[in-house]
Amino acid sequence: MSDGSEPLLRATHLVKEFAVGGGLLGRGRRFTAVDDVSLEVRTGETLALVGESGSGKSTTARLIARLLDVTAGDIEFAGRPVHALTGKALHAYRGEVQVVFQDPYSSLNPKHTVERIVTAPLVYQKRPIPGGARAFTGALMERVGLNPDHSARFPAQFSGGQAQRIGIARALAVSPKLIIADEAVSALDVSVQAQVINLLRRLQEEEGFSYLFIAHDLAVVRQIATRVAVMNGGRIVETGDRDQVFDSPRDEYTRKLLAAVPRIRPEWDAERRRNEQARKDREREEAGR
Amino acid sequence: MSRFLLNRLLGMVVVLFLVCLFTFVVFFVLSPDPAVQICGKNCTPEAIDQIRENLGLDQPFLTQFWTFISGLFVGRTYGTGPNAIDCAAPCLGYSFQTSQPVADMIMQRLPVSATIAIGAAVLWLLAGIAGGLISAVREGRFADRFITGLTLTGMSIPNYVLALALQFLLVVTLGWLPFPQAVPFGDDPVQWFMNFLMPWIVLAIGAAAVYTRLTRANVIESLQENYVRTARAKGLSPGLVWRRHALRPALTPIVTIFGMDFANLLGGALITETVFGLNGIGKLAADSITKNDQPVIMGVTLLAAFLVVVGAMVVDLLYTAIDPRVRVGSAK
Amino acid sequence: MSTTSDTGGPLLRVRGLTVGFPTAAGSVEVVKSLDFELARGGALGIVGESGSGKSMTSLAIMGLLPKGARRTGSIEFDGTELTALRERAMRAVRGDRIAMIFQDPLSSLNPYYTVGTQIAEAYRSHRKGVTRRQARAVAIEAMERVHIHDAARRVDHYPHQFSGGMRQRVMIAMMLSMEPELLIADEPTTALDVTVQAQILDLLAEIRADTGAGLILITHDLAVVSEVTDHIVVMREGELVEQGPVERIFTDPREAYTRMLLDAVPRIDDEIGLLKTTASAEEDR
Repeated sequence: MSDGSEPLLRATHLVKEFAVGGGLLGRGRRFTAVDDVSLEVRTGETLALVGESGSGKSTTARLIARLLDVTAGDIEFAGRPVHALTGKALHAYRGEVQVVFQDPYSSLNPKHTVERIVTAPLVYQKRPIPGGARAFTGALMERVGLNPDHSARFPAQFSGGQAQRIGIARALAVSPKLIIADEAVSALDVSVQAQVINLLRRLQEEEGFSYLFIAHDLAVVRQIATRVAVMNGGRIVETGDRDQVFDSPRDEYTRKLLAAVPRIRPEWDAERRRNEQARKDREREEAGR
Repeated sequence: MSRFLLNRLLGMVVVLFLVCLFTFVVFFVLSPDPAVQICGKNCTPEAIDQIRENLGLDQPFLTQFWTFISGLFVGRTYGTGPNAIDCAAPCLGYSFQTSQPVADMIMQRLPVSATIAIGAAVLWLLAGIAGGLISAVREGRFADRFITGLTLTGMSIPNYVLALALQFLLVVTLGWLPFPQAVPFGDDPVQWFMNFLMPWIVLAIGAAAVYTRLTRANVIESLQENYVRTARAKGLSPGLVWRRHALRPALTPIVTIFGMDFANLLGGALITETVFGLNGIGKLAADSITKNDQPVIMGVTLLAAFLVVVGAMVVDLLYTAIDPRVRVGSAK
Repeated sequence: MSTTSDTGGPLLRVRGLTVGFPTAAGSVEVVKSLDFELARGGALGIVGESGSGKSMTSLAIMGLLPKGARRTGSIEFDGTELTALRERAMRAVRGDRIAMIFQDPLSSLNPYYTVGTQIAEAYRSHRKGVTRRQARAVAIEAMERVHIHDAARRVDHYPHQFSGGMRQRVMIAMMLSMEPELLIADEPTTALDVTVQAQILDLLAEIRADTGAGLILITHDLAVVSEVTDHIVVMREGELVEQGPVERIFTDPREAYTRMLLDAVPRIDDEIGLLKTTASAEEDR
């Protein structure tokens, strides 16, 4: 775990309880959604938090984004405690940590243009827009692979993959240090999903920020994670480098989870690549004749 | 389950207490001195003091309020000595105008209001559900558009206009109905029925329009449900699909508003009862407001609040019976 | 068991199936002239992304298309032309000989009735003269066959009292009680957790082995079809892209679209495909 350097984000012993039922009489039962979770995200890395529904992964993400308050535990960002931030300091934190959600359409205001959506975090932070709103939006759109001429369009005029790119552009607008991607590619068609995963990776290479990547799809996690934390029943059952978790899982539950993932036979993939190569060779030969 | 009930009962008591307090403040503290009013023209300051003392108006506010509340449960005694009058629980006091016990006045008129409410409710339920079903089945066709137009008219005509217009049309112009006259059911059932028919129709039309729209929307929505698709995929006949899988979910929410609407109406239909000269709770309320008869106003308000709160509770219980998701908790 | 007029042909033969919705600007076709066959006892996977028309195809076979949809072409089931059947005759096929399960088992079950009632009502409407008690016994037996423990007690529970995977088992029990010859499963595991998905897929395989029923599995998940089916139809925007035996499609795809799809599927075993092959296709303007 410790390589000497201070992690960007450190969450220790997080607990989140929710009240269930209850009324004027009595307190009702309590449900522990997150149960003593500790994790670290280092600068420039992607920590994937994986688990099935009800595992507490999304609640954990919300605690870290300060969209929910912790019942117990500490969150430190760049060495400073986060759970006690208020007012201006919380404002600043929200500029450094951005969230990209699962459903691009419901997380973008349908009545606002892309320009307004993308610049909103800056306006909200009362920060100047470098180079003016039009140019700033155009540059961001280009970086996420969208046509900058479309900055006056509305979310409904974009496809699902494009809408998710707008969500990513909005997150990038404030140059965050950490992006929390909460099932950000789960609702996308497979071909679009691949493009967005590639986009997320490219942006990280360019900018050097970190991801906290919340996902249920282990195959997607394999493509993007640096390290992986597996959650089950509100607890982290295993944390480790990606290849170690996938190739030699230590925990019983992780093994069960990995075994359940449907997979395309590797030997079929190998044969497909051979066939593809053969076809390309053939085509080249025919073209050369 | 019992915990749920207990919670509801406790909530009910709290709401009623707050209504009591609010009404008490408005009618007894903020309005002109009732003693002066009761005393009448030939009044002396001594007489006014005597009345104040008898009614307990000389006491501090909290004492007055406490006497009123406890009177509801254990009764109270007005005045002292040989002139003392016992008011048995539930004591709502005495009318300033007629000196009758308010509780008796209300009980006398409750049957009239109940008759009006039940009749109107039967009418609007039948018309509303039937209209909504026809509209939903013929969605987008002529019948649907016709009914939808009709409901718009029904919802937008004020009660008193409808009451007067109906009376003019059916009694004066066409002469189909006799002029309303209060007749006990036992004496002349036909006349009795005729007497109530117009108020029923007047009260039912607005509600029927709302229920039609609601039924239509609910049925159309429930036909879109995935389980309706499942029912069709199982090869059930259209009749079964409709009866079991579309209607029941569609009509359940109607129970909720029906309970509240009915309870509301039971507490008196102020305008309709006044227009048709029916001696129900609504008429009583209207009369007592114009005469500033505070104990009666208080009694009627409390009754209405009580009925609504009980109505809400009955709806909750009914819902528990109808919807298994409320009745049996998740087994997970 | 219903009488089967074994013609020796395929269980299902779809020819020129087209589904269109009339709009002001002419008919919008969501399925365009589709041809495919399902062999007896075979398992066919229909794969495609959203808008490919795969779900409409299954609803067209069931005769359950939404209002206003127009269906042309031929759907021959066990020698019977389904498109020629009147609604009453189609109803006798639906649920009895061809059964279907859907993506979201919670919303696909009626919350107001016990699962036993919902299983039994299908049985009773197809088997005339069956008593309530007999239908209930069938329901319990069907629930036992899909491995719902304590079926005799659970038969009286409501859908919301079951977990997601158990609800899908209830749906499968519902269609199983009729002993259908063809099962159509439209994204049956998409709403489920991966461990539960594995159990449901195993259950479908077990049922197929037991009953010899044919299966049409509609899904967006290429990894799932690669494990479950033996023949694959790839669809895109209502059109057939290509079809063939599962191994051929996965090892030697002929169409560029199929190759792109296969490249885009993230593999859990390795970081392959994604980075290299689709990097150039990243821009989806």
